[in-house]
Amino acid sequence: MSKITSLADLKKKREELKSGLGIRTKAIDPENVVQMKVAMATCGIASGARTIMEFFSEQLERRNVAAVVTQTGCMGYCYAEPTIEVKLPGQDPVVFGFVDLKRADQIIEKYIKTGELVDGIIPVNYQTIDLNV
Amino acid sequence: MSKYSMHLLVCGGTSCHSSESDAIVCNLRDELEAKGLMDSVQVILTGCFGFCEKGPIVKVMPDNTIYVQVKPEDAQTIVEEHVIKGRKVTRLLYKDPVTKESISDSKHMGFFKKQLRIVLRNCGFINPENIDEYIARDGYQALGKVLTAMTPEEVIKEVKDSGQRGRGGAGFSTGLKWELARKNQSDEKYVVCNADEGDPGAFMDRSVLEGDPHSVLEAMAICGYSIGADNGLIYIRAEYPLAIERLKIAINQAREYGLLGNNIFGTGFNFDITLRYGAGAFVCGEETALIHSMEGLRGEPTVKPPFPAEAGYNGKPTNVNNVETFAAIPAIILKGAKWFSSIGTVKSRGTKVFALAGKINNVGLIEVPMGTTLREVIFEIGGGIRNGKKFKGIQTGGPSGGCLSEKHLDTPIDFDNLIAAGSIMGSGAMIVLDEDDCMVSMAKFFLEFTVEESCGKCAPCRIGNKRLHELLGQICEGKGTLADLDRLKNMSVVIKDTALCGLGQTSPNPVLSMMDNYYDEYVAHVTDKKCPAGQCKSLLEYVVNAENCVGCTACARVCPVNAISGERKEVHHIDPSICIKCGACMEKCKFDAIFIR
Repeated sequence: MSKITSLADLKKKREELKSGLGIRTKAIDPENVVQMKVAMATCGIASGARTIMEFFSEQLERRNVAAVVTQTGCMGYCYAEPTIEVKLPGQDPVVFGFVDLKRADQIIEKYIKTGELVDGIIPVNYQTIDLNV
Repeated sequence: MSKYSMHLLVCGGTSCHSSESDAIVCNLRDELEAKGLMDSVQVILTGCFGFCEKGPIVKVMPDNTIYVQVKPEDAQTIVEEHVIKGRKVTRLLYKDPVTKESISDSKHMGFFKKQLRIVLRNCGFINPENIDEYIARDGYQALGKVLTAMTPEEVIKEVKDSGQRGRGGAGFSTGLKWELARKNQSDEKYVVCNADEGDPGAFMDRSVLEGDPHSVLEAMAICGYSIGADNGLIYIRAEYPLAIERLKIAINQAREYGLLGNNIFGTGFNFDITLRYGAGAFVCGEETALIHSMEGLRGEPTVKPPFPAEAGYNGKPTNVNNVETFAAIPAIILKGAKWFSSIGTVKSRGTKVFALAGKINNVGLIEVPMGTTLREVIFEIGGGIRNGKKFKGIQTGGPSGGCLSEKHLDTPIDFDNLIAAGSIMGSGAMIVLDEDDCMVSMAKFFLEFTVEESCGKCAPCRIGNKRLHELLGQICEGKGTLADLDRLKNMSVVIKDTALCGLGQTSPNPVLSMMDNYYDEYVAHVTDKKCPAGQCKSLLEYVVNAENCVGCTACARVCPVNAISGERKEVHHIDPSICIKCGACMEKCKFDAIFIR
């Protein structure tokens, strides 16, 4: 990692990163792959999020789905852990709760492959500020 | 890619479920089947929308139309009008309570704007172990702005003008605290982050540190620049291993990028952060006790003054802020004091994160503008009370706070309103209680916690709380008197007035507020020797209902102490002097012949 030595440096870096948000390493266009986030705070991990994340990383590759699986913090839906967010190319992200291995399998086979929704969707009920400066 | 061109999302949350959302799903599917649309329109059950007041909810995607208070028989209209003809069913749309206009797009409904995420802006969005994602979300821009374009005085003024008050519980002005620390001259100063989250049921700080550790690091550096400190310390409890791990990763990544360390952004400003571990003592959340613990001394509070801003860590000026307080700072710097102070109430600006726990459907982490009412939090965001039970109370502020009852539901939540209602904001734990919770046992539970956590330095807290706990125990066992209730109250007031630190000064709050709001329940315990909620074992009596009992002997066989007698095929009898109230008989009985009196 190279040092960031000035604010201009940081701004330049932000612009580079904004387009990819953590996906650069795969050197693929983030807009054309499935982006998945697994909520991995203590509550999520305690409810089995790690197993779910491993399952997705392994199975998406095995089933030839171009996808990026990353971890994130608490989404706030503790009652529905493990929770994941799936963003299909060109669509709004969808959050699924109570994800066990069976539902994880359905999510790949139904939602990701055919766009058919599966039970357990958590409607987003908040708005987030944008710091954009 | 999708074979479906439209999705009908039906809320399957507990509340909508009980108002026949299942039947709506069936009817919609039948209707679609009849019209031959099953292959292009999908009906799906979802989790709670939180809009339970207007449930059941049906949302049509992709056009984001929300239908409220839908009945099973409306399925036909929705399919025929909306799905087939593409016309919205006006009578099922949500009507704005003020303008009376129908709103179809959920994005414009006030309800879905109840939660506003400032502190949690990156939580559940970025990968907390990757600094690049934080930077892509404008991370460290605030630090850059402060170092290159603002004087320390300007930063302090901005924070002061924002009106932000400390989120640790006491609600002291953040800007003022910084100003005091800046004014005290010293060769060495310290910025301390208080991550010793100790309230039972609280997990706001842990979630922020696990989900967005860089926001806290960035804010600490900003604070360091403002008060003239180049050392930061995070005091975090060892029970938070994942938060510690992520903080370590974050600190290392920030150092590698030169965002912590020497000569940050080439401005000559130096700042670095180290971690200090606490052993999970509640009192160490108090800032003087926290500082002593960091110094390797016993975690005991000392009298203020001197305040940490004068003589804190190692006797040097020290500024202690809570995790949540820090996490909002970058947003305040970038978006401005004016923006922040436009959110919330006059005396409490901004948003507050709450951890919802207890008998509530949507247990979780929420962030709402100050001034949101308890009713909105519990019944709209929280999805209401579990298992259709009745709401009884809500404990805010953890063991230092109070329990608010139904009459407080419409109180707008802010620092001052909660105090006026007899509770406190505290760090933001909210424990919801339902009709099955006994308010004497509850007060005893919280006292048990404070007795355990009292450091023992001052007598009112060490001895007084112990006595309070004993009295409550006696009342639960049916050995209390009306005079004991007076004693409880008087002793509570004395402890509040005389204890040395915040722990003791607030520990009787649950007792006082519960006695205030549920006095009848306390009286029932001492005069009728009854526990209305059916929680206090000593006050319960298991009785056989002669009408239902068929004399099957199942209860007598399962009783571990042989308290049940009776011949086969005759009504049985439970001897209260032998019964240990284990409840095994009631569980075993197939005829509902045993009940609690």
